Amino acid sequence: MAGPVIRLENVARLYRLGDEEVQALRGVSLSFYPGDMLSVMGPSGSGKSTLMNILGCLDRPTSGSYWLDGEEVGQLKDSRLAAIRNRKIGFVFQTFNLLARTTALANCELPLIYSGMGQRERRERATAALAQVGLGERMHHRPNELSGGQQQRVAIARALINRPAIILADEPTGNLDSKSGVEILRLLQQLNQQQGITVLIVTHDPFVARHTQRIVRVHDGQVVGDDAVAQPLVAGEAVRPSDAALAATV
Amino acid sequence: MNLYESFRLALRALTANKLRAALTMLGIIIGVGAVITLMSAGQAVQNYVTDQFRGIGSNLLFIAPGQFASNRRGGPASASTGGKGLTNGDAEALRDPLAAPDIAMVAPELTGAATIKYGSESALFSVSGVLPEYSTLRNAYPEVGSFINEQDQAAGSRVVALGPDVVKKLFPENAYPVGAIVRIDDVAFKVVGVMHAKGGSGFGNEDNVAFIPLSTAQTRIFPSRGGRGDYHVSLVYVQAVTENRSNAAAQEIKEIIRRRHSIKPGDEDDFSVVSQADILSSFTDILGALTVFLGAIGAVSLLVGGIGIMNIMLVSVTERTREIGLRKAVGARRRDILAQFLVESVVLAVIGGIIGIVLGAFGSQAISLFNKDIRPVLSVNAIILATSVSAAVGLFFGIYPAARAASLDPIAALRYE
Repeated sequence: MAGPVIRLENVARLYRLGDEEVQALRGVSLSFYPGDMLSVMGPSGSGKSTLMNILGCLDRPTSGSYWLDGEEVGQLKDSRLAAIRNRKIGFVFQTFNLLARTTALANCELPLIYSGMGQRERRERATAALAQVGLGERMHHRPNELSGGQQQRVAIARALINRPAIILADEPTGNLDSKSGVEILRLLQQLNQQQGITVLIVTHDPFVARHTQRIVRVHDGQVVGDDAVAQPLVAGEAVRPSDAALAATV
Repeated sequence: MNLYESFRLALRALTANKLRAALTMLGIIIGVGAVITLMSAGQAVQNYVTDQFRGIGSNLLFIAPGQFASNRRGGPASASTGGKGLTNGDAEALRDPLAAPDIAMVAPELTGAATIKYGSESALFSVSGVLPEYSTLRNAYPEVGSFINEQDQAAGSRVVALGPDVVKKLFPENAYPVGAIVRIDDVAFKVVGVMHAKGGSGFGNEDNVAFIPLSTAQTRIFPSRGGRGDYHVSLVYVQAVTENRSNAAAQEIKEIIRRRHSIKPGDEDDFSVVSQADILSSFTDILGALTVFLGAIGAVSLLVGGIGIMNIMLVSVTERTREIGLRKAVGARRRDILAQFLVESVVLAVIGGIIGIVLGAFGSQAISLFNKDIRPVLSVNAIILATSVSAAVGLFFGIYPAARAASLDPIAALRYE
């Protein structure tokens, strides 16, 4: 088996707010392997956003080590981190974060601009990525001409474009109706199963989490649970159970 | 991200909000337009003045009684101090080809104000007693009739050649003044000619003068004698043989007149010799200073325009906080963001500058509406200056907003509402 794509060892993150110190993460150790599809759950204030920021190389741990794709990235300087985000991480946000007034194609190309890639190759790759997420017909549309689900597909295509080591999806279905949400989950599952892309979903929705193979629970800055899901749901085939039933199964 | 990408990005961002971009540019447009118009106008006036002087002849020297209060570059003889004054004898002495080999022509002049009356019309004019040489020396020719001639001078005749403005004031329209009798300070003079219009020049209006023989002026109109019983003159025109002998001629003039006025070595002259080049250079200095001053006024509006750019760029950075966060998340480095906003503000300023140059070009054409003799000059210097200054303004006032954008924390920027 290949080495872990992500390895956190005793990662802590301390914030200073004036005189007060806030321990957002207290010694988190985790490993994810290529091809994993997992979710991170936790109530707000649990530290899951901090964990996500550190995993996404947007933030650095105060102490502890972080290996991404075999490279120690915990204490790199800003410009190196920017390059790592560009090549190894694909972000998918709850609010899509597409550039308004810009076509789906141009949005998709954005990371490649910062990779220093030429215009023609960018166009080719963005076209292919959009086709892959089922938006081949709509790539010249602007975000305000697309539905929420379609906008999130553009965002996923953007995340995929540089063939990252991992896709970090922060509440990817949070702003979508349940039908579009399920479609996005199915897309993520397909990418994971068919192409072996590592996917990490941060969510507070147990139904979403049940679609992944593994659920990491965070509480008060610590990992309080790390369990494999017995039978992951296949998006679109399962009807959403009642909240009570969900709470019981997860 | 390379410069070309930044440039495309900047254009896209600016066209996304055209009205705002146009309003932001307005300050730069007005500033650059003003600098170009004012500097071109200054240049045009300077050229005009230089041309006027060149028309007079650059080998011309003036001798005036008294010392100019200020130094040689002091300009017109407004503050001359007394002294013995110049006389016919001084002028005659300058004609000596042995003592003054570099002097080609001498023309003394006695000028004063006198009332000229024709019929019921009368007004105060400048009356100059001159020699026939004046015509050649000052390029003053009669339009109709003749100028003062040798016989008039020798006989002290009461004849007058009127400037065109004098005729316009005293005579009815379409009248033929030659042969008419006018009264100058109650002395009857016969009009022998009307001068060709010269227009205003560096020396006031030469069309507003009446020319009479020097001898007549000295005996009848402005009688004034010096110590030796010699008649006074108010000014002596001297023409050097060539332009580059002007300095030698000036030196000869000084020696001759100092001797005649018995000025001891070491004492100051009681007269002044001014060359055409002196006057021209002081005019050019004044106009040059004026042009710089006008340019500075334009530069103030450029500064205001620059502050406008900074203001809008700051607003734009705030508005696009999430965009900046996203760009950073997908791999933009600090300097990519810096370049993006810096290029945007420079593009904004330079486009404004180019529009301003076009506007300024029209503005500098407009100056010829005031005086059609002044040919508009589109100063290349001003264009280069305006373009580089507006780029510099964009850069300078873009740095702070761009640095602010570049230093945004991507996490906070992504969450920004």
